[in-house]
Amino acid sequence: MTQAPLSIHVKALSKVYRVHEREAGLAAALRSVFRRRYKAVHAVQDLSFSIAPGERVGFLGPNGAGKTTTLKVLSGLLHPTSGEVRVSGHVPQRREVGFLKRITLVMGQKQQLLWDLPPVETFALNRAIYGIPEAGFKATMAELEGLLDIARISSKPTRQLSLGERMKCELAAALLHRPEVLFLDEPTIGLDVSMQLGVREFIRHYNERHGATVLLTSHYMDDVAALCPRVIVIDQGRLRYDGDLQALARSVRPHKRISLRTAAPLDRALLERIGGVLELDPARAVLQVPQEHLREAVGHLLGRPEVTDLTIEDPPLEEVMRELFNHRPEGPDAAGGGPEGAS
Amino acid sequence: MSAGAVARALRAYPTLLRVGLAGAVAYRAEMLIWMLTTTMPLVSLALWSAVAASAPIGRFGARDFTAYFLATLIVRQLTGSWLVWEMNMEIRNGSLSQRLLKPIHPLLVYSAENLAAIPLRALLCVPVAALALVGAGGERFRAAPATLALFAAALLGAWLLNFFTMALIGALAFVMESSTAIFQIYLAGFMIFAGYLVPLELFPPALQQIAAVLPFRYTLAFPVEVVTGLLEPDAALRDLAIQWAFAVGTAAAALLAWRAGVRRFAAFGG
Repeated sequence: MTQAPLSIHVKALSKVYRVHEREAGLAAALRSVFRRRYKAVHAVQDLSFSIAPGERVGFLGPNGAGKTTTLKVLSGLLHPTSGEVRVSGHVPQRREVGFLKRITLVMGQKQQLLWDLPPVETFALNRAIYGIPEAGFKATMAELEGLLDIARISSKPTRQLSLGERMKCELAAALLHRPEVLFLDEPTIGLDVSMQLGVREFIRHYNERHGATVLLTSHYMDDVAALCPRVIVIDQGRLRYDGDLQALARSVRPHKRISLRTAAPLDRALLERIGGVLELDPARAVLQVPQEHLREAVGHLLGRPEVTDLTIEDPPLEEVMRELFNHRPEGPDAAGGGPEGAS
Repeated sequence: MSAGAVARALRAYPTLLRVGLAGAVAYRAEMLIWMLTTTMPLVSLALWSAVAASAPIGRFGARDFTAYFLATLIVRQLTGSWLVWEMNMEIRNGSLSQRLLKPIHPLLVYSAENLAAIPLRALLCVPVAALALVGAGGERFRAAPATLALFAAALLGAWLLNFFTMALIGALAFVMESSTAIFQIYLAGFMIFAGYLVPLELFPPALQQIAAVLPFRYTLAFPVEVVTGLLEPDAALRDLAIQWAFAVGTAAAALLAWRAGVRRFAAFGG
């Protein structure tokens, strides 16, 4: 049987940092000159997953879960302590030219744009470094300028651009060489809602048009819900879940939410017979009902004359994640959080 | 580096230089302040000219000192490198990651940024030094084509030696929390043995012998001695070979240190 080519293949990946530690104070500082103490921090442990070309996958986990460490290993910046990693058929840590031309890593909190020069200079630099032919460069630039609306800002010095404008130019600089694998680490961090939406739509468009593989981390669950049919969840460096986002939400929170608007206050005791009462005030109520009792509950509520409006929703993804991470499986060597930057 | 990688780097280099120059222009005020910190030769010039006013010291009269220290100022401006500071900062704050993601050796990009700043440094320092020369010491400069060719080779050698020494010390930041302390030690050696404060031939013979086998002289005093006619052609050619051997050796060491360092690079906080 022939296997479909994998864009990203990770097998039993582990990354251990050796971190120097000492207590506060002058005495501890002096002691550390002569005797340095190190602690092994297991940022990623025995992580395995595969991603097919063209997939959009959300990479989720709390701070210090090992997300950024994993992205850095996948993009060749970090050498894994053990395990096997392939991206577009390359071993990332060898940092071969063919590999570097196929990937990009966008970090919302780090920039590649030259701070005192206009973004067009960074674009020109990247064109030279990646060896992009003139015609291809013009076509890509026109496409990116159109999609990101950056034509009028890319000649202003980067330092004079707003955060959102900078991120759009960062994305353009990162995609000029038409990479086939995109590692996006918090690309919408700090952006306002409309800018987030714009960036999100751009990522979706790029993925659909060029068939690029996208691995995205974001603290904004709306980004993940809108972009990623599949999520990989890691916690304390270990895989917690890999699969469909909606299925995850259903398994962690097998409830639906019923929001009610009411013309007159509802009786709490009556509502508690139907489901869990999350909110109740004279004009509004929110109930939580197990999936299997939903039809019955809705029928019952619609029969009440006080109810003027009824909406059924899934629980917010933030709550799903919080619940998932609040119930960690016990492990013999559950790791502490990663070092700074190992989130 | 493969032949393909070299060809690709050569194609990219003019753009790297052009963008580097744009960057240097953006930082012109900062650069001017940096340059003012390297005017020590002018202090030495004033001091030694005063000492030599009554009688020459060795071969050096007042006009020889003028020629020597103005040449020192120009050579220092044209061959200096500040890479060690940049590498330390980028390794510590993790911004080196952005360079490592690019399909070109980061030292090549650093070298273009460094070289691109030279025209601006020349623009600022050469007219000042040239005007001063009109007044005194100009006849000490050797303008024969052979001397100028030798001087150009010695300048390039000095730049390469400086650049790769800074890269080597900068690469130590991969294993130490900061390698600028090591740089301060290097700087102490440079101050004494590079001919920056005193022409080396005024040293006692034992110190002269030490200076001859250390790399410092080849980063500064050697090109200065070539252009001010202090060296005979045979000695100059021999020293040029030594200088380039130092440059090649240092480049090899810097590339090895870089390769080993990148393996350790854990992108601190980046």
